[in-house]
Amino acid sequence: MSGVQEAIGWSATEAVERLRAGEASPAEVFEAYRARVEKLDPDFGSFLWVAPSAPPGPAPDSPLGGIPVAVKDIFCTDGVPTTAASRILEGYVPPYTATAVRRLEQSGAVVLGKTNMDEFAMGSSNENSGYRPVRNPWDRERVPGGSSGGSAAAVAAGLAPWAIGTDTGGSIRQPASLCGIVGLKPTYGAVSRYGMIAFASSLDQCGPLTRNVTDAALLFRHLVGRDPCDSTSLEFPNAVSLPEREDLKGLRFGVPAELSSEAEGIEPGVAEVFDRTLGLIEELGGAVEETKLPHAPHGIAAYYVLAPAEASANLARYDGVRYGLRAGNGDLLELYETTRARGFGAEVKRRIMLGTFALSAGYYEAYYGRAQRVRTKIAEDFRIAFEQFDFLVTPTSPSVAFRLGERTADPLSMYMSDYCTVPMPLAGIPAISIPAGLANPVDGGGPGNGLPVGFQIAGPAFSENEMLDAAYALERRIGFAAKPEGLDG
Amino acid sequence: MIDREQVLHVARLARLRLSDEETEQMSRELSTVLDHIEKISELELENVEPTSHVIEVENVLRKDEPRESWPRERILEGAPDTARDGFRVPTPGQ
Repeated sequence: MSGVQEAIGWSATEAVERLRAGEASPAEVFEAYRARVEKLDPDFGSFLWVAPSAPPGPAPDSPLGGIPVAVKDIFCTDGVPTTAASRILEGYVPPYTATAVRRLEQSGAVVLGKTNMDEFAMGSSNENSGYRPVRNPWDRERVPGGSSGGSAAAVAAGLAPWAIGTDTGGSIRQPASLCGIVGLKPTYGAVSRYGMIAFASSLDQCGPLTRNVTDAALLFRHLVGRDPCDSTSLEFPNAVSLPEREDLKGLRFGVPAELSSEAEGIEPGVAEVFDRTLGLIEELGGAVEETKLPHAPHGIAAYYVLAPAEASANLARYDGVRYGLRAGNGDLLELYETTRARGFGAEVKRRIMLGTFALSAGYYEAYYGRAQRVRTKIAEDFRIAFEQFDFLVTPTSPSVAFRLGERTADPLSMYMSDYCTVPMPLAGIPAISIPAGLANPVDGGGPGNGLPVGFQIAGPAFSENEMLDAAYALERRIGFAAKPEGLDG
Repeated sequence: MIDREQVLHVARLARLRLSDEETEQMSRELSTVLDHIEKISELELENVEPTSHVIEVENVLRKDEPRESWPRERILEGAPDTARDGFRVPTPGQ
């Protein structure tokens, strides 16, 4: 069965074509991945649950051809444990499946497993998982990013052809950047949030993490659409096409000074790869010009009021009554407090505290009200910039993958990991991260050749088709071919 | 910035019990984060409308038609404690 081992090397789009041509069966491909996860994942911890066997009957002639997909554990899956990597949901088995997952299944994808993440998607390193941290396939002493760290590591290590995750302040793009893969955060509302465990409802959005831009477009095509169960979801205005653009002629790329200069904490190695990529855009015929997003530097501040405020309300439901953990043996109040004290991890408690404080009497206007106004200003900055530019580009993450434990003692330094990715969800606009090269970390460690650096492209709401097209042209010109070492087993 | 008393007050509002150690740590960490957040107070935001939903959607309505609900047994399966087809909880206390 050499052909089936080979399947691990196929991109998802390629796998769909080869299965359709009868080169392997969906069950064989599924088993090849399942066996690989069983063998290699103990080193990475990217999965919290793996399907014991291929489900019967995925059809090779369906649009997604019976190809396995890794699903972040934040999506409810009927009959399959779903925890959002929190101890408070340990053992929880949902009675229904999230719309995003159901759509993929209806298109012929099969769920390979549920991926590890920061608890309730709160984190940028995956160290906040209530179960275990995820290790970066490029350097096991480093984090994969977060919160969709399990999804990103699984795709980067070839443990899954592709995966879905969620992005609230950067949780798809930042781990994609740190793991050397593609991550797309769609326009708010493009993908249904029904069955996606809520963190910050006005920001949360589901999207693909993939090996290349074409795979991202294909997976995105099968995720989009209005869902009566999510009244904030919207019909995508046109069909999602697979990218084919070869140049960037006639396109204008703005470089927001606030999100791209070394003065803003961007590491020199990252800045170098970023500048080189700007050169490639020009070589492809695109125009590159500096621009301004004056309020973007306030993104982190606004985000760390709004997201925790929404989270503090959303997480009120974990009270030990209807599902999940119950602890305590006194009256009802004691039950609530003990359950939540034992079930939530440190970062989740911190965010609930921050959000509750920001919404409490006497502070509401000073924090929540102001943050909502900053959000308006950030969205306005983007609108003005898009009058002049087709896309805005930045480094995805100010740094390459950092060491496990490096930022856990200092919440603010962890929060700053999302400096370049937070403004887009605040404005509801889509953005993609593609691998642009390798750079050595400032701490001097890492593998000899360096660690992956992501390049972020943001566009106006519902510009995904054009954005994927531009990303595809650039991806081909970059020709990123590096892979993590020692994973051939 | 945010002292021990405030931390305990907010923890009560959030139905979180914090240990002494957690309370100290929370006071320290929240102060650092709030110091950063304070920077938005420098911005001129007088006549700026707040944004709560970023993509404009208005009056999303649907027909009010009865439909089947989740089977009761299926929902109760996940509950830590049940009695007489419902969730069982201790007395709300005094």
